[in-house]
Amino acid sequence: MTDIDWSKPRLRATGIRKNYDERVVLGGVDLEVYPGQIVALIGSSGSGKSTLLRCLNLIEQIDDGQIWLEDQDISAPEVDQDLVRQEIGLVFQSFNLFAHLSILDNITLALRHVQGKSKEEAESIALRWLDRIGLADKSHSYPDKLSGGQQQRTAIVRAVALNPKLLLLDEVTSALDPELVGEVLELIRDLKQSGTTIVMATHELSFARDVADWVIFLDKGVIAEEGEAVEFFRNPREARTKEFLARLSGR
Amino acid sequence: MTQTQSEYEPSAIEHARRSFRIQRKRKSTLVAIASTLLFSLVVAIGLVSTPGWERVTESFFNIEVGIEAFPRILEGIWLNLRVLFFTTISVVVFGLLLALLRTLRNPVFFPLRLFAHGYVDFFRGLPLIIVLYIVGFGIPGLRLEWLGRIPVEVLGTVALTLTYSAYVSEVFRAGIESIHPSQRLAARSLGLSYGKSMRLVVLPQAIRRVAPPLMNDFVALQKDVGLISVLGAIDAVRGAQIEVATYANFTPYVLAGILFVLLAIPTVRFTDRISAKLAQREQSGSAL
Ligand SMILES: Nc1ncnc2c1ncn2[C@@H]1O[C@H](COP(=O)(O)OP(=O)(O)O)[C@@H](O)[C@H]1O
Ligand SMILES: [Mg+2]
Repeated sequence: MTDIDWSKPRLRATGIRKNYDERVVLGGVDLEVYPGQIVALIGSSGSGKSTLLRCLNLIEQIDDGQIWLEDQDISAPEVDQDLVRQEIGLVFQSFNLFAHLSILDNITLALRHVQGKSKEEAESIALRWLDRIGLADKSHSYPDKLSGGQQQRTAIVRAVALNPKLLLLDEVTSALDPELVGEVLELIRDLKQSGTTIVMATHELSFARDVADWVIFLDKGVIAEEGEAVEFFRNPREARTKEFLARLSGR
Repeated sequence: MTQTQSEYEPSAIEHARRSFRIQRKRKSTLVAIASTLLFSLVVAIGLVSTPGWERVTESFFNIEVGIEAFPRILEGIWLNLRVLFFTTISVVVFGLLLALLRTLRNPVFFPLRLFAHGYVDFFRGLPLIIVLYIVGFGIPGLRLEWLGRIPVEVLGTVALTLTYSAYVSEVFRAGIESIHPSQRLAARSLGLSYGKSMRLVVLPQAIRRVAPPLMNDFVALQKDVGLISVLGAIDAVRGAQIEVATYANFTPYVLAGILFVLLAIPTVRFTDRISAKLAQREQSGSAL
């Protein structure tokens, strides 16, 4: 296991609630993520995984609770949300690369226009990342010329190139053909090695067992069970968890 | 090394299919040419054999009158081109602004959104000629000393801008709304502000998508600049009118008309080209 700095959480969320109209989608979620830690978020479809990640990135406004990024209460209304978002990367199931920009420009866009880096500096950062994922020769291609796996890896790199304090991954392999899942998981493994702090919603249970340090099982918008990854999968306590794990591994 | 396509020798069946297709195409082309020629011939004979044909050619296609009137009409069309230039710029700016106002979601901007909505409804309904009259005679009628005497071509530009911005803003708005929300979401999640995600992510894609209808509006504007003549601006149409009165002959109108068409042809061709290119990018199988 890589080194986790337990002295102070990178992200701390308490009592996160989110409703859509009358429906309670998140019913008070508490969460702590420590530097270098990989947290896997599991749960059936509709349990609120995406909503939680979007709330943490401030794309959705929470209805109650508090979120701290290190010492800053980022749920305070006077916070500059754009500034916070570049420190918390969010990668979507459907890649969402910018269709009108080349792979290189997809990555440099926020480096230049959010972080104010020069074109040269942004491109050298982007090329270093593209090199790392073996896509340097595709830097001038457009997203629709890439495979799903290549697009998703580009989307992940687009977020990590900003050097965020926290990376949120929302089922990044769910839209991929089975043979392309591996290359994306490989990149996540690689990011863990270099100390990236990650919260990932996923259906890849065996990957979560291998790579995650902590697992959270979300059921109907509340945490039903959580624990240290190996122990969680070996010895689930709650009946709901057992049922979910059995259903998913029985696929 | 795998065999390249050019080295590949198709099978006899494929050869037969190809020559059949070529023959069928040749036959269709011949039929199309023949029927077009026949149709034109019938129309031409029909026209020439009408009792008034002589008189009509004399008063609409008189070469001498055309040559005499040409300089003034040419000078007039130069004015049309200048009006077209400035109108296009202001329509793009104003139209885009209206479209952006209408896409603002924050309740704070409700009054602005309402204004934009009302503006677009109003000017899409109001006939251009009435806008021209109201602006062209109404604004000078206010006798605003500090404005001085406004040239009619400027008033015409204002009137055209008022009307065309309403149309163009709807085109822009359709483009903006056609871009999937996930694109904006991705931009915002990277920390780009609302304005920057609009400018750098949504608008470039939206404008590309609506380029054909925008060009279409440009073609319409290209001939509507001729309407500033109703305000007394000496443009190509007004110039032609003066020459018509001088020679008691309609040829100058025909000449002005031909100039407008010549002006439109490059734009129309260009529009077709980009439409085809976009269609090709968006869908394969478009030949069906
Ligand atoms: N924008 C929205 N408006 C209304 N309901 C939503 C919206 N987004 C998500 N929901 C609802 O919230 C619940 C949780 O969704 P989600 O967070 O996407 O779950 P998961 O990612 O675990 O599948 C679902 O029942 C979904 O229908
Ligand atoms: Mg989801």
